[in-house]
Amino acid sequence: MRLSRSAKVVLGVISGLVLLFIYIPLMLVVVNSFNADRTFGWPPKGFTLEWWGKAFDSTGVREAVLSSLWVAVVATVISLVLGTLLALSLQRYKFFGRDVINLLVILPIALPGVVTGIALNNMFTTILGVPLSLWTVVIAHATFCMVTVFNNAIARLRRMSAGLEEASADLGAGVFTTFGLVTFPQMRTALLAGGLLAFALSFDEIIVTTFTIGAGETTLPIWILQNLFRPNQAPVVNVVAVVLIVVSIVPIWLAQRLSGESVGVSGARVKAQGS
Amino acid sequence: MAQQTQQLPPGSPPHAGAPRAKANAFSALLHRSPRLRLAALLTAPAGWLVLVYIAALAALLITAFWTVDTFTGQVSTVWTTENIVTVLTDPVYQRITLRTLWIAVAVTVIDLVLALPIAFFIAKVAGARWEKLLVVAVLMPLWASYLVKAYAWRNVLAEGGLLEWLGAPIGLSSPGYGETAVILTLSYIWLPYMILPIYAGFDRVPDSLLEASGDLGAKPLTTMRLVMLPLLVPSIIAGTIFTFSLSLGDYITAQIVGGTTQMLGTVVYANVGAANNLPFAAAVSLVPIAIIMFYLFIVRRSGALNNL
Repeated sequence: MRLSRSAKVVLGVISGLVLLFIYIPLMLVVVNSFNADRTFGWPPKGFTLEWWGKAFDSTGVREAVLSSLWVAVVATVISLVLGTLLALSLQRYKFFGRDVINLLVILPIALPGVVTGIALNNMFTTILGVPLSLWTVVIAHATFCMVTVFNNAIARLRRMSAGLEEASADLGAGVFTTFGLVTFPQMRTALLAGGLLAFALSFDEIIVTTFTIGAGETTLPIWILQNLFRPNQAPVVNVVAVVLIVVSIVPIWLAQRLSGESVGVSGARVKAQGS
Repeated sequence: MAQQTQQLPPGSPPHAGAPRAKANAFSALLHRSPRLRLAALLTAPAGWLVLVYIAALAALLITAFWTVDTFTGQVSTVWTTENIVTVLTDPVYQRITLRTLWIAVAVTVIDLVLALPIAFFIAKVAGARWEKLLVVAVLMPLWASYLVKAYAWRNVLAEGGLLEWLGAPIGLSSPGYGETAVILTLSYIWLPYMILPIYAGFDRVPDSLLEASGDLGAKPLTTMRLVMLPLLVPSIIAGTIFTFSLSLGDYITAQIVGGTTQMLGTVVYANVGAANNLPFAAAVSLVPIAIIMFYLFIVRRSGALNNL
């Protein structure tokens, strides 16, 4: 098949337009965070740093940032431990029920977020009678963040040779020594990448969070949702939105460089569920 | 290897001997029994998944058959199929289900139309350097917060916003907040999820196949229809699984740009929060689950599930 030059140009132009469609709305949020006009009409009327100053001074925003950080860090730590254990057991052992567990792992990313959200909400409030708090958010986030760590860890394990571990055992190293000196160093970058992805997922997650968060608590996305419809908060919402964009993209960029492989579609699937 | 377990690393203080010996004995025990090793690895993560997630899903299914005490507002464990019957037969919920389905289908079609040319361009027209760059350009915004994207469209669609300004010279105005806005915004949010699998699909079609088709006299459009499209079907279906099922469960976008538009997700959320009727919310949430399962069942033979 040989495409004519004009066909190529037309395709290029369409692709450019689609990319514009993808980027313009995000750029608009960034521009508006510096827009001097309170109503954010287009085109912008002037440049100001006032909203950024206001956002830094707002105690509500600061508390929300701290909650989000705390939730993301704890959920990441839990998912790192669980995801690594799971990847090791599914990759290195054959056992009865292995396929079932393989299916169980992808379930949190196969169902829409609203289902995961209401299932956990129902579990906590109706069945267990546990009051919702930031801890219930951590438990919910860890459940789907585990999958990103698992994906990264198992991909790396598949490419590692089990021979090195056998050699280590033959040379007299115990199980823990082998893990610490042979297995873990080979997995380190994959785990770091998985952890960064988990952090980014948790930090801007909104759907499952709205179902599992306690009444008085706010994470950064919850703060945006609460202040979205208040006109006098609009300037600060823009700033917080820009912060969310940056905080969620930078770890992904780092993870991409660390893992040396595309974070790609399977990662995207997790992201889709998480959001 | 048991004899090795007593060996201390050089330079370790003498009092560290006792606990280390104990740890080494444990390590030796683990070394001897692979089954014990597996149990030690698997218990925590499998337990978490089963106790937190599977138990929650099972409980959700059961709760859909319970009811709420109208006086206390507490869930009471009286068995009833009333919730399910209401969701399926009440015209209000039938309309909401149909509207949600329509929105999900519209979003899927729009994304497919936008994704095909750009995916084709990236995979088959752009040079190697550009190809890499463009994939990253599509991938990056995918990771930006979903909430921020919906919020960005609230800005775009606002009165006096960007869309009005762009449309003014050609006499178009912003559709305002409503069903159209929901479809536009969801198409925007899920577009990269359609582009990526289709790009991967185009990328897998060997160039030699296309050249052979051209050498045999097929025009580009004929090659696309007869050679490329059949090879691409699994990737396209994989993309539609993303856009369709993600739109089906949405409620945040409907809340932010939807005006009064109700989707299944908004009904679920309203019944968990304000209306405080968890059993009914559970019953409503079974509808998207059933639709997605049905869709996956239809397409399972196409091989699309391996493309996810």
